[in-house]
Amino acid sequence: MLGRDLPGTAEPLRFSILSQGENLIVSIHTALDDTQMTRLKADLIETVGRRRARGIIIDVASLDVLDSFATRTLTRLAHVARLRGAETVVVGIGPEVAIAMVQLSLQLDFVHTALDLEEGLQRLAELTGTIAGHAFTPARHG
Amino acid sequence: MNDQQTATVDDRSAEDDRSAEEDRSAEKENGVLLPELVAHLREHRTPLRQAWATSINDSHLLSSMTSQEVFSEATSVYDNYVEVLETGSVEALQHYARDLSERIIPRGVETHEVVGIVLLLRDVLARSLFEKYHQDFDLLNRVLDAYEPAANRIANTVAVSFVEQRERIIRQQQDSILELSTPVLQVRERLLILPIIGVLDSQRARQLTEQLLGGIRSHRAKVVVIDITGVPDVDEAVANSLVRTVDASRLMGAEVIITGLSSKIAQILVTIGVDLNKVHTVGDLQGGIEEAERRLGFQVIRSSDARP
Repeated sequence: MLGRDLPGTAEPLRFSILSQGENLIVSIHTALDDTQMTRLKADLIETVGRRRARGIIIDVASLDVLDSFATRTLTRLAHVARLRGAETVVVGIGPEVAIAMVQLSLQLDFVHTALDLEEGLQRLAELTGTIAGHAFTPARHG
Repeated sequence: MNDQQTATVDDRSAEDDRSAEEDRSAEKENGVLLPELVAHLREHRTPLRQAWATSINDSHLLSSMTSQEVFSEATSVYDNYVEVLETGSVEALQHYARDLSERIIPRGVETHEVVGIVLLLRDVLARSLFEKYHQDFDLLNRVLDAYEPAANRIANTVAVSFVEQRERIIRQQQDSILELSTPVLQVRERLLILPIIGVLDSQRARQLTEQLLGGIRSHRAKVVVIDITGVPDVDEAVANSLVRTVDASRLMGAEVIITGLSSKIAQILVTIGVDLNKVHTVGDLQGGIEEAERRLGFQVIRSSDARP
């Protein structure tokens, strides 16, 4: 259903988009090539509108590398998602991936980052002002 | 025709024989001369050793050692020296030189001193040979032919062993400095501090980044305070590596606060134009930890002020 008209439909999906409350959670299973990455972007932006999502979490823990194309795609995705009313949090960037990215001067603009899925949900809760999971009340509010 | 050819071949082989004979006789002469040399050095051990120790003192070498120490080291070097001349095996000397270096390097003995004393010994011994053979110039020449290569090889061995030993110590110290240099400490849940002391070079900066990112993952840190009070100087490379560390930490979901930027370092950073806009800085470590606690939602209250 998703990504019907896009190339690469014959291949099995290498990611899944799950919906949890107002948030969408993208789990990437294995390394994505450029086609799959583009497809992820298109699917996700379409789903944000359909589900009226306020937040997106993209878990990239299974990726060994985030190259310039993937970074640019994520940045555009986050920018578009923000224009449609959702914040994007990328989670699961490991130490090696992070070092490689800063060495290549790759920037993730418009994108928030968190350690893992749990942290990401909390981050989204802070960003969108809703309480998801358990309460997070910073001292400055109380 | 045939006869002539045979004759030429015979001539050549005769020539070969002669030169081989010369080689053998030179070898034989060396074989005779070296033991003679060694016997001479053994016989005059006491005055030669004394002359050497005196010339060491006169040239102000090994000034960090007492004259007794110099004399006893001189004695063992002398004995080793003679032994190497006799056996032609430098292994024992190599071993001794390594041992000696291990003892004298911590006392601040420099390379030029070690090379200097070995050369002095060579000269002292050469002088004594001059004295002994000065009547027979031809014999002296041949004795020196036998002596010089051996002596030079010894000087070479001692100098190389000393330098190798020194380099090994330097490498060991570098390793231990690297191991000590970057502790990543957890002070509150989700809060790490990273006190950096000493000069940051590119290797250390890379190691620091790796340790910090590993620490962020294993402690699930959300805020990191990097304190650079103990960093004496920064240049563009160091500043850029700090910025990269901050960026990499942010990619892993941790905020970084840098503290302890001295006025001098701050001015240098402004002058060289490193973009620290994206980096959060706080004056000192205390301020940094307080800011980090605020961000994590901790509140530190004096227990007497706390409501019952």
